Amino acid sequence: MLHSILFYVFAVAMLGAAMGVVFSRNPVHSVMFLVLTFFQSALLWILAEAEFLAIVLVLVYVGAVMVLFLFVVMMLDVNIEAAKRGLTRYSFLGIGIALVMAIELVQLIWLRSQGAAGTGGFAPTPEGYSNTEALGAVLYTEHAYAFEIAAVILLLAIVAAITLTMRKRPGIKVQNIAAQVAVRAKDRLRVVKMDAEKKQ
Amino acid sequence: MIGLEHYLTLAAMLFVLSIAGIIINRRNLILLLMCVEIMLLAVNFNFIAFSRYLGDETGQVFVFFILTVAAAEAAIGLAILVVLFRNRQSIAVQELNTLKG
Repeated sequence: MLHSILFYVFAVAMLGAAMGVVFSRNPVHSVMFLVLTFFQSALLWILAEAEFLAIVLVLVYVGAVMVLFLFVVMMLDVNIEAAKRGLTRYSFLGIGIALVMAIELVQLIWLRSQGAAGTGGFAPTPEGYSNTEALGAVLYTEHAYAFEIAAVILLLAIVAAITLTMRKRPGIKVQNIAAQVAVRAKDRLRVVKMDAEKKQ
Repeated sequence: MIGLEHYLTLAAMLFVLSIAGIIINRRNLILLLMCVEIMLLAVNFNFIAFSRYLGDETGQVFVFFILTVAAAEAAIGLAILVVLFRNRQSIAVQELNTLKG
């Protein structure tokens, strides 16, 4: 019973926060609502006994990705009024499409579950079950190759983000360290031998 | 009792909400990226619900990889956004007509 109440509380909070992301006028508020959405979904994942992924969601998404979003939103200084000017023109179309899809999907899910056996709750996990341990046992054995590819993708993201945002500005004075280190005294200084001259 | 259908319904609602968000906020590139993040979250919900339903951890491993790829996608997308803003002083989608597509 408590489980159900918690599920509905978190679900309503998550959907409300997601609506806040979509409909809020200020992008900074949208990012904050998105953080709330991720927090609520992490709580829901804990209810579904996926504890490791819930913690990863909070650490990676709220801790890294959302901070990155917030940084970009605050740095770009977007003109909010210009971005929101055409709000009403497409919003009815968007809401209509969303409603049709929602009705279809929910109907499909509940229609299919009518005749299926074993509805009404997940089966309980065995005694002493550890989600993190079970995940690690699968991740590092069966899916070790995919794990390596994930590491390569992250490296690729680092390289791509740095090469995209790094720029060489023309016309500014910078030091050329290699040329400075490689210079010799004979390149800079010329000693000239000449006869002493009498003062006129 | 909370079961598979509840999680699937919740994920469907989240997904549909993010689709509405993409259509409504189609002028703001940052909000489009955020709606894509919500969409990926909805997909992850489905994976976790089915993983729990079937008692198989492979679905959760897949969520792990989706999170990795989504983080990489967000980083590259925001980098592109920063470069775009630096070149054009605007991130309005309707002004992105360089390719005449």
